[in-house]
Amino acid sequence: MAERRSPAAAYAGRFEAASRGEALRLAELPFLTQIDVRVDPSSPAAGDIGDALGVPLPVEPGTAVRAGSGADEVTVAWLGPDEWLVVAPEGHRLELLRKGLGDRHGSIVDVSAQRTTLLVAGPRARDLLAHGCALDLHPSVFGPGACAQTTLARAQVVLIPREDGFLVLVRSSFAAYLAEWLLDAAAEYVA
Amino acid sequence: MRRDGGGRIDRSRELRFRFDGQEYTGHPGDTLASALLANGVRRVATSVRLGRPRGIFAAGGEEPNAVVQIEEPFPEPMLPATTVELYDGLVASSLAGQGRLAAGPDPARYDAVHAHCDVLVVGAGPAGLAAARAAAATGARVILADDQPEPGGSLLGSRDEVDGVPGADWAAATAADLEGRPEVRVLRRTTVFGYYDDNYLVAVERRTNHLGAAAPAHMARERIWRIRARRVVLATGAHERPIAFAGNDLPGVMLAGAARTYATRYGVLPGRRAVVFAANDGAHAAALDLADAGVDVAAVVDPRPAPGGPWAARLRERGVELLAGHVVTAARGDGQVSSVETSSGASIDADLLLVSGGWNPVVHLYSQSGGTLRYDETIGTLVPDGSGQAVEAAGAARGVFALPGCLADGTGAGARAASASRPARPVDVPRAEETAEDAPLAYWLVPAADYTEHFVDLQRDVTVADVHRATGAGLRSVEHVKRYTTAGTAHDQGKTSGLLTSAVVAEALGVPVAELGTTTFRAPYQPVSFAALAGRDRGALHDPVRVTALHEWHVANGALFENVGQWKRPWYYPRPGEDMEAAVLRECAAAREGVAAMDASTLGKIDVIGPDAGEFLDRLYTNLMSSLKVGSVRYGVMCRPDGMVFDDGTVIRVADDHFLVTTTTGNAAAVLDWMEEWLQTEWPWLRVHLTSVTEQWATVALVGPGSREVLAGLAPGLAVGVDDFPFMTWREAEVAGVPARVCRISFSGELAFEINVTSWDGLRLWTAIMDTGLVTPYGTETMHVLRAEKGYPIVGQDTDGTVTPHDLGMSWVVSKKKPDFVGKRSFSRADTMRADRKQLVGLLPEDPEVLLPEGTHLVATGTLPEPPVPMLGHVTSSYRSAALGRTFALALVRGGQGRHGERLYAPVGDTLVPVTVTSHVLYDPEGARRDG
Amino acid sequence: MLLIPCPWCGPREEAEFHYGGQAHVAYPEDPAALSDEEWARYLFFRDNPKGVFAERWSHSAGCRRWFNALRDTATNQIHGVYRVGEPRPVAS
Ligand SMILES: [Zn+2]
Repeated sequence: MAERRSPAAAYAGRFEAASRGEALRLAELPFLTQIDVRVDPSSPAAGDIGDALGVPLPVEPGTAVRAGSGADEVTVAWLGPDEWLVVAPEGHRLELLRKGLGDRHGSIVDVSAQRTTLLVAGPRARDLLAHGCALDLHPSVFGPGACAQTTLARAQVVLIPREDGFLVLVRSSFAAYLAEWLLDAAAEYVA
Repeated sequence: MRRDGGGRIDRSRELRFRFDGQEYTGHPGDTLASALLANGVRRVATSVRLGRPRGIFAAGGEEPNAVVQIEEPFPEPMLPATTVELYDGLVASSLAGQGRLAAGPDPARYDAVHAHCDVLVVGAGPAGLAAARAAAATGARVILADDQPEPGGSLLGSRDEVDGVPGADWAAATAADLEGRPEVRVLRRTTVFGYYDDNYLVAVERRTNHLGAAAPAHMARERIWRIRARRVVLATGAHERPIAFAGNDLPGVMLAGAARTYATRYGVLPGRRAVVFAANDGAHAAALDLADAGVDVAAVVDPRPAPGGPWAARLRERGVELLAGHVVTAARGDGQVSSVETSSGASIDADLLLVSGGWNPVVHLYSQSGGTLRYDETIGTLVPDGSGQAVEAAGAARGVFALPGCLADGTGAGARAASASRPARPVDVPRAEETAEDAPLAYWLVPAADYTEHFVDLQRDVTVADVHRATGAGLRSVEHVKRYTTAGTAHDQGKTSGLLTSAVVAEALGVPVAELGTTTFRAPYQPVSFAALAGRDRGALHDPVRVTALHEWHVANGALFENVGQWKRPWYYPRPGEDMEAAVLRECAAAREGVAAMDASTLGKIDVIGPDAGEFLDRLYTNLMSSLKVGSVRYGVMCRPDGMVFDDGTVIRVADDHFLVTTTTGNAAAVLDWMEEWLQTEWPWLRVHLTSVTEQWATVALVGPGSREVLAGLAPGLAVGVDDFPFMTWREAEVAGVPARVCRISFSGELAFEINVTSWDGLRLWTAIMDTGLVTPYGTETMHVLRAEKGYPIVGQDTDGTVTPHDLGMSWVVSKKKPDFVGKRSFSRADTMRADRKQLVGLLPEDPEVLLPEGTHLVATGTLPEPPVPMLGHVTSSYRSAALGRTFALALVRGGQGRHGERLYAPVGDTLVPVTVTSHVLYDPEGARRDG
Repeated sequence: MLLIPCPWCGPREEAEFHYGGQAHVAYPEDPAALSDEEWARYLFFRDNPKGVFAERWSHSAGCRRWFNALRDTATNQIHGVYRVGEPRPVAS
C-alpha cells in the first residue's frame, strides 16, 4: 500500500541539491498540522482558544506569535481580523482547540493538507523571495513576529519570517509550481 | 581615430569585433559607437525612408541614427550603437530602419526583483550622486540607478573638478562610499524606464550583456527592478538638441557634447577638423576641450550677436575664429561632411560639424509620474512644473546646467527626499568651480528657401519641409503634426527631435513655442526587450500549473491532460493504439457498464460554519438548503442578482452548523469571493464563517453499476446497500484504510460514489482503487460525455452568463417558497420571462455519424436566405456517445423548450446539417440507473 | 500599479485586490416590492464620475476583507479607506 505523500515530496532531492552551498536552504516541512481558526477576537471564546494554544491569538494585523517547544510548539499567524492559522508539529490536537471554542460561534477547521510548508532559509533567502514577492522584506519591516498573506511569483502564500528562515505556506496544488519557481530563481545563488 | 592617451578605456586589453563584415578592435570601456569612431567608421546606418547615409550623432541613449543589429553572440534588433558596450566577439551590422528578431529561442535567463527604498535617485551624474550622498548620510534606504557602466554621468566626459579632484574620480569615490553603506544599493547599467502610480518605478538592469559569449549561464542576463520608493529624485540630466539646417543629417554632423564625450571619456577623436555651430557657452567649452584633445577647431559659428563668456575669450586666444551673429547654412559632402557653409559666405573645409541648439532636460520620467511641464523661455526648453507624486527633479533634469548648481541642487533634493524617512543630517555641498556664462539662445532653424534637407527627425527622415506640409494642410496641434509626419514616433521616440519639431511648427504658425502646449511622455523611456519584461514568467513558469495529489499517477499512467483554468486535469487515458475517440468510448462504456474512476479533486470546496449557515446558503442558492438533514447532500444553483446562473454544485450538511459546499473547478475562488462579499457587505450579522478546503481533500468519483461492490471491498466497515446508503446521502468511513467522507452523488446518472480523503492520502486511496484491477480510470472528456447524455449542464460551457436556471430546464431547482434569494427578483423581469429565450435542448443530427462542432450556429431553413440570416442559437456541447450509439449535442436555442421534435439546420462548412431538437436529457430519463 | 491601503493589512500592491465597483449600493430591502425599472436601476446602473468615487475593494490575496475606498478616478489617488459599516469619510 502506498504511503501518504506530501505535495512537494518529488522536490526533496532538488531542494537538497540547491541547499548544498552557503547561500540558501530549501526544504519542504511536510505534514505539519495547520488549523484555520475563526472567532471574534473580543469574545471569551477567543481567550479560551488562546489558553488551549498556550498563547493568545495575536490581534495586530500582520503579526504571528510562536510559543511552546517540541511537540507543543505552535505558531499562530494573523490572517484576518477574525481569522488565524495555527501551525504546529504533526499530531497537534485539534480537539483542544475545539474544546476551547466549545459550542460558541466560531470555527476550527483542519486545513493541514490544504497548504504545504516550504522552508526558505539561508543568507540569500530574502533576495530569493524578493524575485517574486512585492512586500518589503527588509528585516526592519518584516522580521520574526510578522506574517503576511500575499503572492509569491503567481501563487498565493502565507509568509512567516522566523529566526531560522521563512515559512512559505502554499496551496498544495501550487506546490509543484512554486517549487519549480524557487529552484529556477535560486540558480543565481547556488551555481 | 583613437587619441594617443586619455579616456576611461583600458588600453592594455584589446577586444575584437566585427561590423558589416569588417574586423576591428577596441578596448574595454568602449561602446560600439566609440570603437567604430576610433576605427574611422563614419557611416553606420542607412536612413529608413530616403536611404541616406547616417553616422553617429550622439553619445548616449538618445542616439537617433546609429541603430544597429547585433548578430552575435545573440541576435538583437535595433540597439543604439552608443549603448552597446563593446565585448570580444561582438558581431553587428548596420540597419536601414528595421531590425530582425532572432529566429531561435533566447537561451538566456531573465528575472525580476522587487525593491523598496526611502529614496530612489535616478541618474548618477553630479546631481544624482550628490542627492544619493545627502540622502544616504541620514541612514535612509537609498537606491541609486544609473544607465552607464560607471557612475559620473557628464563628469565622465568633461574635465571639471569636484572637491579638488577630477570629476570622474570624485564620482568613483562617492559611489564607492555609497556602496559601502548597508542600506544603499547602487545599480549600474540600469535604466529606469517607467514611472507609475504611487511611486512605483520600473528599471531594467543589463547584467551580462556586456560580457558577450563569456556571460555566465546561471546569471539572469537582464533583470527588471520593480521599485517602490517613498521619494524619488530624478537626476536624469539633459539631452543636447540639434539645429535644423541643410544637410544636417550627414555623417560627421554630431552633437557638440557628444564629440567632447568621445574625446574625453573614450579617447576618440570623432574627426580631424571641426566647425562648431552653437548658441550656448557650453558648446564653447566643448570646443575648447576638443581643441585640447587634438581636434583642429576651424571656427565656432554662434548666432548670438556677441557671445562674451570666458570660453569665447579662450577660444579667441587659441586663434579659433568666432563667427558671432552667424549661422551654418549647410553641411556639404559626398557621404560625409567635407565642408561647412556659413551665413558669412565662408565655406570651411571640415570633416566634423558639431552642433548644439541648447539642452533639453530629460523630463520623460517626471512627465510619466503625472508631472506637468512648462516651457522656460530663457533656456528654450521644457522643465518640470509640479507632480502629484513624491518626486523632484534635480540638476540638469530641471534646467540647472552648471556643475556647481547641479551639485547644490542634488544635495538639497537628496536631503529633502530623505527627510520623509529619517532625521536630517546636514552634509556639505561638493565644491566645483563657478564660471560666469552668457545667456544661451534657443536656436532651432536656419532659414532657407528649400527645407527638403533640413532634418528634424533623423530616424524617421522627417524634414522641415514635411512639417511645413503638415502645417500647410491646416494642422495646428503638434500632436497632429507628429502623427501626420511620424516625427518623434521612431525607436528613439524623438528624444533629440521632439522639441525641435515643436519649434518648427511654432515658427510656421507664427506662435511662441510655449503656446503649443507640451507633450506627455509615456513608458518605456527606452525600448525594453520582451524577454526582460517576461522575466521568469515564461515556458513552464508562464502561468502556475495546478495539480492534484494524484497527478503523478496520471502522468505515470499515460494520461493526456486538459487545462481547466490553471489546473491540469486528466483528459483521457489512451491505451496503446487508441485515439481519443476510441479511448473515450471505452472509458464511457466502463462507467456505464462496469466501474470507472475519475480524479475529481479540483472541485472547489468551502466549509460554511456557524449557526446561521443554513440561512446564509438559503440566501445564495436558488433552492432551500437549511432544510437539508445532517448526513444528506443536495444539488444547488447560485445565480447573480440578474438571475443568470453563476455556479452550481453539491452541498452536504456535515453538522447542524456545518455545511460543505462544492463549486465548479474554474469558479472555486470566485465563489468564495462571492460568498464573502455578501456575507461581509450585505449580511454582516449572519453568524457564519467560510473556509476554503479545496486542497484539503482529494476526491475520487467511483462510477458505474459495479461501483458498490468495489467500494464494499475497500470499505468493509461501510454499509453500502441501497437502503443503508441512499442516493444523496454521505457517510464517514474508512476506505482503503484511510478516513474518508463518502457521498452518494452522481454526475453521470450511474450508481456512483464520491470518496473524499485528505490530499495526503489521495494517492493511497486511488492506488488502492486501481489495485483492485476492476476499475477503469477516466478523464474529463468522458465525464463531459456522461453528464451531457444526462443533460447536466456545465456552467461556463453550456451557460455564458445570459442563462437562467429556467432556461436550463431546471425550474425545479428554483424555490417558490423562499421569500427571497439572490436572483429571485430577476425571474419576474419581462426579459427573463420571454418565451423565446434561448433554452437548453438536445440535438440529434439526422446522420448519427455527424459530430457538430461546438459553437455551430443553428438556423431554421434548409437553404440559407440572404444575410442577415436569423440565428436561432448555437451548439454548446457535442459528443459521440457509446450509450446512445450515435452523436448528439446540447444547444441553446431560441424558444427551445417548445421546439422538441422540430428540425433545424446547422451550417457546418458549406453544408447545412439537419438536426432534430429533443429534450436535453437523452439517456435514462427515468433515472433508473442511479441506484445500480 | 497602485498601492492600496487595506484597512487591515496596510498598503499592498493593487494585484492583491479585487475591484467591487461603486460602494453604498445596498441590496434592496424588499426586491419583490420594486418595479422592474427600480430593480433594473439596482442591477445595471452605476455612477461613473470623474473625481472622487466611493468604491469597494476586496483584499482577495490577503486578509479577504471587503472595504471601501475613496479614489479619484482622474488621478488614481486614494483619499481614504474605511471598513464595511463605517461611514464614508469626507474626502480631503
Ligand atoms: Zn488586508
